[in-house]
Amino acid sequence: MSTVGIIFTNLHGKNVPELVRLRTMGSVPFAGRYRLVDFVLSNMVNSGVTKVGIITKYNYQSLMYHVGSGKEWDLARKNGGLIMLPPYGAPTNDRLYSTRLEALKGVMGFLNRCKEEYVIMSDCDKVFNIDLDKAIEQHKATNADITLVYRRAVLTREEASQLSIIRTGEDGRVNELLVRPNLAGELDHLVNVVILRRQLLVTLVADAISHGFKSFEMDILAANTSRMRIFGYQYEGYYADLNSLAAYFKCSMDLLNEEVIDALFGQENRPIYTKVKDSPPTKYSANAKVKNSFIADGCYIEGTVENCILFRGVKIGKGAVVKNCILMQDTCIGADAELDCVISDKNVYVKDRRKLAGCETLPFFIAKGSMV
Amino acid sequence: MIHRKETIAMLLAGGQGSRLYALTSNIAKPAVTFGGKYRIIDFPLSNCINSGIDTVGVLTQYQPLVLNEYIGNGQPWDLDRTYGGVHVLPPYQAKKKSEWYKGTANAIYQNLHFINRYDPENVVILSGDHIYKMDYAAMVDFHNEHNADCTIAVIQVPMKEASRFGIMTADENGKIVEFEEKPKAPKSDLASMGIYVFRKDVLERYLIEDEADPKSSNDFGKNIIPNMLRDGKCMMAYRFEGYWKDVGTIDSLWHANMDLIGENPAMDLFDPPWPIHSRNPIEPPQFIAEEASVENSMLGGGCRVYGTVVNSLLSSGVTIGRGAVIRDSVIFANTVIGDGCVVDHSIIDENVVIEKDCKIGLPLKDKSKIAVIGRDCVVKEGSILLDDTMMEVDD
Repeated sequence: MSTVGIIFTNLHGKNVPELVRLRTMGSVPFAGRYRLVDFVLSNMVNSGVTKVGIITKYNYQSLMYHVGSGKEWDLARKNGGLIMLPPYGAPTNDRLYSTRLEALKGVMGFLNRCKEEYVIMSDCDKVFNIDLDKAIEQHKATNADITLVYRRAVLTREEASQLSIIRTGEDGRVNELLVRPNLAGELDHLVNVVILRRQLLVTLVADAISHGFKSFEMDILAANTSRMRIFGYQYEGYYADLNSLAAYFKCSMDLLNEEVIDALFGQENRPIYTKVKDSPPTKYSANAKVKNSFIADGCYIEGTVENCILFRGVKIGKGAVVKNCILMQDTCIGADAELDCVISDKNVYVKDRRKLAGCETLPFFIAKGSMV
Repeated sequence: MIHRKETIAMLLAGGQGSRLYALTSNIAKPAVTFGGKYRIIDFPLSNCINSGIDTVGVLTQYQPLVLNEYIGNGQPWDLDRTYGGVHVLPPYQAKKKSEWYKGTANAIYQNLHFINRYDPENVVILSGDHIYKMDYAAMVDFHNEHNADCTIAVIQVPMKEASRFGIMTADENGKIVEFEEKPKAPKSDLASMGIYVFRKDVLERYLIEDEADPKSSNDFGKNIIPNMLRDGKCMMAYRFEGYWKDVGTIDSLWHANMDLIGENPAMDLFDPPWPIHSRNPIEPPQFIAEEASVENSMLGGGCRVYGTVVNSLLSSGVTIGRGAVIRDSVIFANTVIGDGCVVDHSIIDENVVIEKDCKIGLPLKDKSKIAVIGRDCVVKEGSILLDDTMMEVDD
């Protein structure tokens, strides 16, 4: 059964402006050596998808560099493979698209040329390792028109106001879809993974264009719960929603736990692939004091590191004390510096003896390439 | 159709590496793990691509399965090419005869047709036995500048060690005047590194001549080089200065690993201008637990450390249990060391399970010998294995 994947990389960026200033949501670094798109791509290829279109809008240079030919996901292929879908539209329209529906309009050519029977669409703002085979099985078994992957959780009013909530019947059929409702409590919320027949998607998008519709969720999903067979597929497992800098911090710290590491990276036959770099193994000096930390390759640690996530190539100088921090690739912390609750983007240089601190709800964020 | 290459390399990777005992029972020496995430062959392969040599024949013979799979299509070293690239060359059955490689020279002789596909000016002969970084292009330039028929890379060794090597005596221009294999009374301190650059047509002629000699050992050092010297061919010594370490024995493999750690390591892997490429396993970052302690060590991806690791190298996916202490040791990939174990001065191969509360080896400071546990072994709970152990899974 053939499936093509569509990944939306630029949606939800407004939630973490610090991290998305110069990159797509899909390029946001996470978990020491990954980018958010890695989880989505890996989920897809792990269920046998061999063709994936990646929809991008702007700032997608680092994303393109990261996914490259798709080789690391076995997507450097003659048949299918990884296809970048940068903005495309009529010459008179020099405004970039702003909604999911408009993005889909822009890739109609791609969708029409595909021969695959099914489409899986996914956003890049949530981190989880899901067995999509099971979701597809359920989609076929229920004879669904559209399957929406959801998660059951206890949500605060504020959390629910950022999400789409569904109400399902006994059989799992979606009766109602509420976008950003004023609700709280145990709710079923969408995780932005949608499965449907490719032909149906093409029809729905073409129809939406002719009706001047604006929103995929409201005009296509919510409006059609009785006319179409829309079913929910429940995802149960570790899940991280990076919808704010504080959430990014908290979800990163979740990784300091063997169970979470296993849930994301230890699933049998469902590894998370990412771009490979030939970094040397991480080196610990005689003075290194490292506790409760998650550390990528190529680091050189000469100081104290506690409760941290270190990305590739991070250097911690002699006598430096770094606690509760997330330090992205090639960040360099000088000798005797003291950092607490700091998130540093790539290539940051913190000079000797600097003291920087934030707190869990407001981490101190240092932009890419800064020298402090 | 001939697609010409100016220089190609032939990498001799067929030897048994018998002095690595359990570590090479089931794999060829160039496939042995080194430096946490590498295999020995990563060094000559990376040297090739970094030197601009994009065509490499790798001659295998002994237990090549892991090596062949590891090399694959050569993509990790940028050696996956339309023309050229890396090619594994095992012995093969031909129309008239089939034979294993009889010696280093015979191995190249049997692959002359491979070499001739590229019609190179020069052929670089390498072995997969050493850890070093070297720009072969500089050596080939030197070879061409001197119009040499053969250039041999040499390194200065302490005089008292000289008897272990092939020793070159060269004149003030670098021209080799004498060569002695493992001499009792060495006349110079320049040792052959086993790295040669030959003019292709000269090499071909001597290989054919040597093959026809039934008394020959078909070896470069014992036959080809002395024959060329005897005939007055232009042979130059190319001096190499830098780190070069043989890793053919348990001791030297352990020492070479230890050369990678410390504040000023003898071999620095953090060297962007000369990267060492390898096939990377798919592992998440390493996890160092609250109760763990890691000092003066190097750890590969996916390791989980709950105990203490000092002066050691861990490859990818190694688990160190609570309360375990690892000192002065080298642990290969995916090995699990149980809670409460103490491992001193050891080399533990891949996929080994050491159940809890075992004691392996003796402390380095007690002048112990290295304990070796071969791949796939299971060491039962509470076992005590002293130093100088050589443990292997029985077939």
